[in-house]
Amino acid sequence: MLYQSKPIALTKIFSNSINKKYQYIITVLVILIVSVISYFLSGIIGYRVVAYLLLVTLSILALFFGIFPVLLAAFLSALIWDFFFIPPHFTFRVDNTEDAFLLIMYFIIAMVHSVLTFKIRQIQKEAGKKEEKANALKLYNTLLNSLSHELRTPIATIIGASDNLLMKANNLTEENKSNLLSEISVASLRLNQQVENLLNMSRLESGFIQIKKDWCDINEVIYAAIKRLEENIKEHVIDIDVKENLPLFKLDVGLMEQVLYNLIYNAVIYTPVNSVITIKADCINESCVIIVTDNGKGFPSDEIEKVFEKFYRLKYSKTGGTGLGLSIAKGFVEAHHGTIRLENNYSGGAKFTITIPTETSYLKP
Amino acid sequence: MNNAQILIIDDEAQIRKLLEITLQSNNYSVNEAANARDGLIAAANHPPDLILLDLGLPDEDGHSVLKKLREWYTKPIIIISVLSSEDDIVRALDNGANDYLIKPFRTGELLARIRSALRFLTNEDDNPIIDFNNLVIDLSSRTVKKNNETIKLTATEYTLLALFAKNEGKVLTHHYLLNQVWGPSYTNQSQYLRVYIAQLRKKIEDDPNRPAHIITESGVGYRFIARE
Repeated sequence: MLYQSKPIALTKIFSNSINKKYQYIITVLVILIVSVISYFLSGIIGYRVVAYLLLVTLSILALFFGIFPVLLAAFLSALIWDFFFIPPHFTFRVDNTEDAFLLIMYFIIAMVHSVLTFKIRQIQKEAGKKEEKANALKLYNTLLNSLSHELRTPIATIIGASDNLLMKANNLTEENKSNLLSEISVASLRLNQQVENLLNMSRLESGFIQIKKDWCDINEVIYAAIKRLEENIKEHVIDIDVKENLPLFKLDVGLMEQVLYNLIYNAVIYTPVNSVITIKADCINESCVIIVTDNGKGFPSDEIEKVFEKFYRLKYSKTGGTGLGLSIAKGFVEAHHGTIRLENNYSGGAKFTITIPTETSYLKP
Repeated sequence: MNNAQILIIDDEAQIRKLLEITLQSNNYSVNEAANARDGLIAAANHPPDLILLDLGLPDEDGHSVLKKLREWYTKPIIIISVLSSEDDIVRALDNGANDYLIKPFRTGELLARIRSALRFLTNEDDNPIIDFNNLVIDLSSRTVKKNNETIKLTATEYTLLALFAKNEGKVLTHHYLLNQVWGPSYTNQSQYLRVYIAQLRKKIEDDPNRPAHIITESGVGYRFIARE
């Protein structure tokens, strides 16, 4: 497989980049040019060498083009050779037996060329398909591994803990019982989070995501996200810095709340206890700009590009999370025709900047 | 001391079992139905004080069951459903549901919503004074006091607050609020609602960003909470 990959790429570039119509035009042009040059040279090199020149041209065309342009080249060059070069000139008549043989053989070689070209293209196509399939399988396996881990861990906890509680012979202390129960609770919340992510992702993937824009007070959206995260943010400092007198923005409140939820949740999970997470909102050039920063370690600079990819997880990152949160955030922001950017702060820590072009309203009560 | 009658209409036996245990241990008496037909019959035979209704029933769409119940049943109906889209929630509320809980929900949340819905039931007398701890609304003299100090409200702000107070604990949809306070031609002008809610919160909430009274139900509406 591997040794084939380069030639595939090369011929793919040619056959893909030159579309079918141009392949025919170029074929005719090349054959005509070579024929004209040969015509002037035929006094020196003899008309039989011209046949070789045309064959070489044909072979080179066959390297890059599909079967039909090559077949066309074969017919055209055979006719030209016969008409202009084989004596008597300017007729299709062939007097000499030797020339008749040469013409027939020329034609056969040209045909074989075309067929070989076709077969090679076939093989390349299949190899390409196989490679694609192998890549898809690899991605699918990574996805499945990550998913099955993230889903099965909490399920295992729930089954194990509840089995333990149900076993009559067990001599569990009250403290152990209550520990097992809280394990079940934590595991099911975690499971719920994963399912939520998967549902959101499939909403995005289906392409049927409908943006329902409505006027919103950005303060309300931020605090609604924070409220949903109440239980997660207890050991972090949340600093909210919304500019005074911002206009109302026309956004999909539900989606934007989810975007903020995912960004803040991400920051909470991947920064140490007592880290500060700052959420800023402003209106710049008729756009709603929201910035979420933290003072954690930030992202490795070579991975910043990839964090929004589906199922991408940082190398050496701790378990938990499916690698979906940030790609969902990106998908929802892009559904608003907005952008989301990640960079590292000068002082350390990650900085997400969301910019969404939107209508604004400065209505006063 | 509770002893309110609650009817559960849900086709999932596991959910019914869970709710039964939860509710009985909180002194409610429980009746169950596994489909729309049995649910409607049970509600008619022994009208409960509150109905917990699932929208995904095997024999009939939950929205239509809700409509049928609302033709005669006036006590609280709380929807419990896995359907989480704002459209479903708004539709159910517009069809007369008092509240909407998305499965999975936390037990504490369920009990709070039930308490609040049942309280709404007893609040329906014509008491002109609504006293919510630090907030007192006198509907007859149209005055509002916070921590014993009179708050100045504009006419629109007062109308909005009074509407909330009369519907304590109930989710009021954007559409409903706009229609009631500003009129039918304003039902799509949600910017008015946003601005006035923000304004009202500044006046009655201790922290307008972390409201204790006017709670945001994202994409759906607002809920007024008095206690807890």
